[in-house]
Amino acid sequence: MKLARVTGSVVATAKHPAFDGQTLLLCEVIAPDGIATGEEFLAVDRAKAGVGDHVLVNQEGNGARQVFGLKPTDKLPIRSVIVGIVDHADEGALGATPR
Amino acid sequence: MRLGRVIGTCVASRKSDGLDGVRLLLVEPLDSARRPTGDPFVAADTVSAGPNELVYWVGAREAALALETHFVPIDAAIVGIIDEIDAAGPRARAFVRGRDDVPGGGAHGAR
Repeated sequence: MKLARVTGSVVATAKHPAFDGQTLLLCEVIAPDGIATGEEFLAVDRAKAGVGDHVLVNQEGNGARQVFGLKPTDKLPIRSVIVGIVDHADEGALGATPR
Repeated sequence: MRLGRVIGTCVASRKSDGLDGVRLLLVEPLDSARRPTGDPFVAADTVSAGPNELVYWVGAREAALALETHFVPIDAAIVGIIDEIDAAGPRARAFVRGRDDVPGGGAHGAR
């Protein structure tokens, strides 16, 4: 999963039906210290995240289908799903050597 | 899912089974400031996107799942046309203003 910060929201009227009723948020990938890496993506919000929140993003289709309560064989063209709000991430915790 | 812009079409008369009738478009991947982030690629269109439209697309196996016939060799699909980005990040704010020159912007200097 990726650590990211929510930087905005996106409005789309013409979209695949799988996105109906879903909130699509603009996110930027961050390092554990909160510095943006430069990578951006869009994710469906399933954790009631807001702009500025640090979030945990699952970027894989089977996990997305699971979050949506679907079977692995169901069709869902969604990969990136916000699955958690991050309180803090501590690089170097547990005595680990930081980068 | 990521942002992109439709920069053209792609026509292939001989293609893999299951791809008949699938509209193929050329997409330039963009960041929220509308700056290209990589090389253009071909994506299946599921939303009847038009030229120059700002879209979002999905990659990998999930791209094929956007199509009617879903066991097909497709690794990118346009799944939405973007009307508006309500953005708070520095690069995203620049997009809203329609600016290209972003102080402190660029791939790694956003904040």
